[in-house]
Amino acid sequence: MYTSEKFNLAKSKTRCRMIRRRILEVSQSHGAIHIGGAFSCLEILDVIHHGLMRRNDQGEFYDTFVLSKGHGCMVLYVILEELGILSKGEIESYCTAKGSLGMHPDRGTPGIITSTGSLGHGLGMGAGMALYEKVSKGDRDIYVVMSDGELQEGSVWEIFLQAPALKLNHLIGIVDYNNLQSMDFTSHSHPNFYPIVEKAVAFGWESVEVDAHDQQAIFDAITSRSHTKPFLLVAKSIKGKGVSYMENNPMWHYRSPNKDEYARALLELID
Amino acid sequence: MRDTFSYVLHEMAKVVPDVYIVVADISPAASMQPFRDEFPDRFINVGVSEQSMISLCAGLALRGCTPFAYTIAPFAIYRPFEHIRVELCYQNLPVTVVGVGAGLSYSVAGATHNAIEDIAVMSAIPNMSIIAPCDPEELKSAIWACARHAGPVYLRLGKAGEPNLTGEAPDLFEFGRVRKIKSGEKIAIIGYGPILSMAFEAANYFKDKLQADFAIYSVHTLKPLDVEGIKNILIQYERVIILEETTHQGSLAMQTKEIAWDIGAKSRIECMGLKDEFIKCYGTKDELLSEHGVTMQKLIELIKK
Repeated sequence: MYTSEKFNLAKSKTRCRMIRRRILEVSQSHGAIHIGGAFSCLEILDVIHHGLMRRNDQGEFYDTFVLSKGHGCMVLYVILEELGILSKGEIESYCTAKGSLGMHPDRGTPGIITSTGSLGHGLGMGAGMALYEKVSKGDRDIYVVMSDGELQEGSVWEIFLQAPALKLNHLIGIVDYNNLQSMDFTSHSHPNFYPIVEKAVAFGWESVEVDAHDQQAIFDAITSRSHTKPFLLVAKSIKGKGVSYMENNPMWHYRSPNKDEYARALLELID
Repeated sequence: MRDTFSYVLHEMAKVVPDVYIVVADISPAASMQPFRDEFPDRFINVGVSEQSMISLCAGLALRGCTPFAYTIAPFAIYRPFEHIRVELCYQNLPVTVVGVGAGLSYSVAGATHNAIEDIAVMSAIPNMSIIAPCDPEELKSAIWACARHAGPVYLRLGKAGEPNLTGEAPDLFEFGRVRKIKSGEKIAIIGYGPILSMAFEAANYFKDKLQADFAIYSVHTLKPLDVEGIKNILIQYERVIILEETTHQGSLAMQTKEIAWDIGAKSRIECMGLKDEFIKCYGTKDELLSEHGVTMQKLIELIKK
């Protein structure tokens, strides 16, 4: 029997603060963490794993999650640790030769079914899985989280065209719309890219925009979809969300805080 | 080969559940219609979007299906190359990428529609296997080998009208094994794909003449290459002629010479393949092959040497 956890906003808020602290803790012993992009999509992943995806008594997921923006994997690793799917030891050995977790998710890691890292792959693979659900009359949902910079990949637009034609109503894409990518503000480099919702609707998707840090809004938007079309949630986020000096600062795409910065960050994340 | 592929896949879909074919705007070939009619949900035309062709197949394979991606060879592998690399090969998913009209099959269509460096490109990726059958009969076995294989396969096909060469072959098809398809002494012609018909034409030329009696081998599985099988050929025959419709880089010729060096082979090795050039010749396939220096006459001269 597979059921989704009853979504609890207060618990989600507490959990997200804890996860931010844990990611910061990991950042003190390991570099190579895309901390800004991890913080921007944290609430999205939390709602998916704790309110939407169905699990059985053994904790096995019925629905499927694909982190297409693979560089945000630390938030996924910590969520899987908190769910008991990954061990503390596996997190502590992140990006070391003796560990198994790298800077991007790998198929075969417990809780992870697709390898990502190169952008523009997750939505298409998700569409393939959603196609199987359609043809086999299954009902497993596939959640794919992308970055907004990722939408510059042509392959994403191939699937934007294809998924409505195939009526893939179990495909749910979520755009972590933080307006920042490695080199620039996305709205500066690609000013005509926005608004996104209208474009998705024009391609035949059902789409709405919400605040990416409002867990209730994310949950309500996804659960109230019509289930007749592929669904694209455009989640307006803040890169580095939760630590004031990181927010909307491109420097925090990749670097880890030093000791003083770490202490200041923790002060902002007290329960 | 196109018609044989369509027929066999249709037969397979009747007995193997979850066989899918994802095509990218192929010409409306009549042979594919029976599959489409009987299994409309499992025949997907993504249109001119080869990246999504590969990605849909990857997603289907992640759900345990047996998907085939199918379009003209250069579009099947070059445009979505990174999708093949990351989604199929890195994840080692059992997807068959079918490149129809490989080599110079689409001669008048020009270099955009030819695939003459495909063996090098596909064989460079870890986990990828390559099968290039020489005739429609061998293709039948190859399709089943693809479906049974646990990882990705590039299935390299000709186009249409290829003659059957393997009706009296001494060996059966076996994935990963060189296959003797004509017996003979002293000289072995080894190659893959429909170009091997040229070796049979040469055999016909020498039929009533005593100066040449050669064996022909189909090296249908280019990766993993049957290194032991190639070694045995190099040991057994005084001369080995490699005939292929691909450029030299990463070719069977290059690999055979490497094996010959490793074992200190005494046999004489000669190669007949394509030039490392995009040749503009909008004639028949034979005329384009001739521009590359690959003709029946040259093969006969090579055998006589």
